[in-house]
Order: sequence, then structure tokens, then C-alpha cells
Amino acid sequence: MQTHLTINGTQRRLDLDPRTTLLDALRHHLGLTGSKKGCDHGQCGACTVMVNGRRINACLTLACMHDGDEVTTIEGIGQPDDLSPLQQAFVSEDGFQCGYCTPGQICSATAMLQEISDGWPSHVTSDLAGEAELTSDEISERMSGNLCRCSAYPNIVQAIHKAAGKNA
Amino acid sequence: MKAPDFDYARPSSLQEALALLAAGEGGAQPLAGGQSLMPMLNFRISTPEMLVDLSGLPELRGLEQTPQGLRIGAMTRYCELEAFPDLAKIQPLVAAALPHIAHDAIRNRGTIGGSVALADPAAEMPAILLALGAVISLDGPNGPRDVAADDYFLGYYETACEPDELITSILLPKIEPGDSFGFHELVQRHGDYAMAGVAIRSSGIAPLAGLRIGFFGVADRALRVTALEDALNGTDGTDIAGALSHLSEIDFQGDTKITAETRAHYAGVALKRALKEMLT
Ligand SMILES: Cc1cc2nc3c(=O)[nH]c(=O)nc-3n(C[C@H](O)[C@H](O)[C@H](O)COP(=O)(O)OP(=O)(O)OC[C@H]3O[C@@H](n4cnc5c(N)ncnc54)[C@H](O)[C@@H]3O)c2cc1C
Ligand code: FES
Ligand code: FES
Repeated sequence: MQTHLTINGTQRRLDLDPRTTLLDALRHHLGLTGSKKGCDHGQCGACTVMVNGRRINACLTLACMHDGDEVTTIEGIGQPDDLSPLQQAFVSEDGFQCGYCTPGQICSATAMLQEISDGWPSHVTSDLAGEAELTSDEISERMSGNLCRCSAYPNIVQAIHKAAGKNA
Repeated sequence: MKAPDFDYARPSSLQEALALLAAGEGGAQPLAGGQSLMPMLNFRISTPEMLVDLSGLPELRGLEQTPQGLRIGAMTRYCELEAFPDLAKIQPLVAAALPHIAHDAIRNRGTIGGSVALADPAAEMPAILLALGAVISLDGPNGPRDVAADDYFLGYYETACEPDELITSILLPKIEPGDSFGFHELVQRHGDYAMAGVAIRSSGIAPLAGLRIGFFGVADRALRVTALEDALNGTDGTDIAGALSHLSEIDFQGDTKITAETRAHYAGVALKRALKEMLT
């Protein structure tokens, strides 16, 4: 099945079995192994990527459903010699231990900071109509779909605070 | 494990989609956000020959206020509802429940139609539709029809929607001045499916009137217990011990997480907490 995707700004044409998930297309067919497979069932968030600016679990979607879409993976967010502010903050704040969940955490957090600046409410936002304030509770709530088996949560929250320009 | 072999089609009109479902003779299955269907395919719980992706159907889109209420196209994603201006004023119950449904990444894909079609007994939306007295619009080979939420949820993942029909939209009736709402669910971890929960609409407080209470996470489907609603109507909702006895009408289900007895207890707790919050 022919599928056209724009991945990290580059147009790619794929010919895939319709069963291929976006995650398998990225990892197995495009060699973009930054996105990780933790559970393959939407439970862990290790596979989080951005599609048209929105974070989604790449394991819960078929590549062919995204014909014409723009996909951003951790490789597109930054490279070792050109880290994004969030990636830098994860390094400086020790936001990881084994690092397996980290690409998903960073993709998720990148999209999350965008959602906040777009004014989306969350479970802990007290005033649904008001501007969301970036408290640690707010970050934890909005990042609840991304599990960290090493439990680096405090430093992940710290890194997100730092990248958002508000040191906790 | 991986999904069984299937064909994939993305029709661009409702008519085309319905024709594909009809031609599939039960072997074709609609695909909305995929947030429940993808795991079901991978576990091989679902084994369709063809997936009919609904994302290209303009007839299933749209989210608008009408004189009757809020009309939600079946393919409206949770994130689109969350971002709908003044949702907390227009449909407070929906606004209260949305953050409890999974996590942001899942709400960015999952659709209202998908949740109502799946009818997971522990999902929030079906109970909310019961509490609000929503109407579900279907279309199929015999033409369009409307089904009241009260007649829609039939059993364990079983609904009034036939395999060759599609949900096109859902109407949440307009709320009236004086209406009040309550929502509470008990979960092991925020974002999980509920171990028990309630969604309440009352056309007044002190006294409660015209109550509609949707329970979820308790039995084989979202349901109301009208005897319990009748027992609470006309009261101030503070002494509910008598009303709670009607919970025995529910055939509580146990699972690997909790027993039926615990679930029955939790249903009462959720109801008490939701009422308390409503009345303060
Ligand atoms: C980790 C995780 C946690 C979750 N937690 C919750 C939770 O707490 N509460 C909750 O409610 N849900 C939860 N969900 C499920 C999520 O809300 C699903 O997205 C939703 O139930 C199904 O919507 P969908 O659009 O993804 O449907 P799909 O998965 O695409 O489809 C679901 C079913 O509905 C059918 N279908 C879809 N659209 C139509 C239509 N228009 N007409 C007829 N049939 C149709 C499909 O054929 C399929 O059988 C969770 C999911 C995950 C992965
Ligand atoms: S691998 Fe996708 S959520 Fe776990
Ligand atoms: S750093 Fe090891 S799983 Fe998060």
C-alpha cells in the first residue's frame, strides 16, 4: 500500500502492508529507531511522536492512515550537535536513567508545551477558562501518558520546567 | 503479536463507506481513531477482512451548537471537544469527564463516535449520554435513524448499531437554567478505565428533580437505575441510604482487578461523592 509521509521535513514514499503501524514504519522501514516500542498497546508512551503538531502514540495508528501527514520524531526535534531546549534540559537536569522512555517523554513534552501555550485546560487546571499555569502537578498530569520504568519523574518534571523557562 | 491480514480503504463519502460495509457482509469493520481497535487487532480479538477508515467522511465531522443542543459528529476527537469554546458552560458534564478519559496522546486520536460504538462498560461517554438523554444518529442500508441513549446500550460491547450501520453524530440536548451536574469516578490511576463511576443530571437541587444518573464501570454496560433516581427525586440528596439499596438491581461484575462486592461498594461511594460535590 502506497503511503506518502513527510517525516522531519523530508518527503518519504513507502510501500507497506496495511497492517504496518506508524511505529514499525519509522523503526523498521525508515531506520528511525529513536521512537521506542515499550508495550505496543498505548499503555506507556515510549512511541510518542507528533503528527501535524499533535502528540500521538505511533503504536496505536497505522502508517497508511497518515497519507499526506507531517510526522516529527525525536530525530527531527534535535540532533546530538544541535539539541532542542528540552533535550538540553533533560541532559542538564538528569531527566533520564536508562533513557528508554526519553524520546517519547521529549516528544510528548514538546507538544505539551505547545498545548499549554495554546491555552488547553487539563485535569488539574483549576480555572477551566483561565490561562493554564505550569505547576509541577500540571506537568505530571499532562505527561501522565508517558511512563518511566526507572522513575526519573522528579527530574523529568524539573527538565520540563527548565525548558519552559520557569525553574521550579 | 500482530494483526491478522486485512485490506484497508479510506472512502471519501458516507455513501461509499456504507457500501463497503454492506459489501463486506460482516467482514468489514469501521476504523475511527484506532485507540481501542488497534490493540484489539493486535490481540486478534477483532479479525476483520477489511478496515474502513472513517477519517475522510465529511458527513461524520462537525461540532456545532444547534437550537436542540450540541451536535457532535461521530469523528470528533476528544481533543476537539476539549478545545470547543465554553464547553464547560455548554455541557459541563462532558467538560468534567473529558480529562478522565485516558491521556492527551490518546485523546488526540480517539473519537466520540468510536467510544459510543465500542460501548466499553467502563467508558465515561456512554454514561454521560444516558445522564443527558442524548440521541445517537445512525445511518445504514435502510436509511438514517435516531436512537435514544436509553435504548442504545444493550449489553457487553453490544449496542443498537448494526454491523452495517455507522454512527453519524450524537446530539447532547441543550441544558436548561437550573440544571445541575455531578461526576465522579474511582480509578486505580488517573486516566485508567473506571472501577466505578457516575454521571448525574438533575433539573434542580434542593430538591433534586428529574434525575438521570448514568453508572459506568459497574456491570456489562453503562446503565441507569430508575428506582434509585425516583427515590432521590424530591429529596435534598443528603440522606441517601434508602436510595442506595436500589443498587442491588445492578448485576455487578468482578474482574481481575476487583470483586463484584467491592465494585458495588465503589458505585455507592462514587454516587455519594458526586452528589455531595453537586450540593455544595
Ligand atoms: C491506554 C488507554 C487508556 C484508555 N482509557 C480510557 C478511559 O479511561 N475511558 C475511555 O472511555 N476510553 C479509554 N480508552 C479508549 C479510548 O477512549 C478510545 O479511543 C475509544 O474508546 C474508541 O475511540 P476510537 O475513535 O479510537 O475508536 P476505534 O478504536 O477506531 O473503534 C472502536 C470501535 O468502534 C467502531 N466504530 C468506530 N467509529 C464508529 C462509527 N462512527 N460507527 C460505527 N462504529 C464505529 C469500530 O469498528 C471499533 O469496533 C483508552 C485507550 C487506551 C489505549
Ligand atoms: S509502545 Fe506505544 S504506548 Fe507503549
Ligand atoms: S529513564 Fe528508564 S524508563 Fe525512563
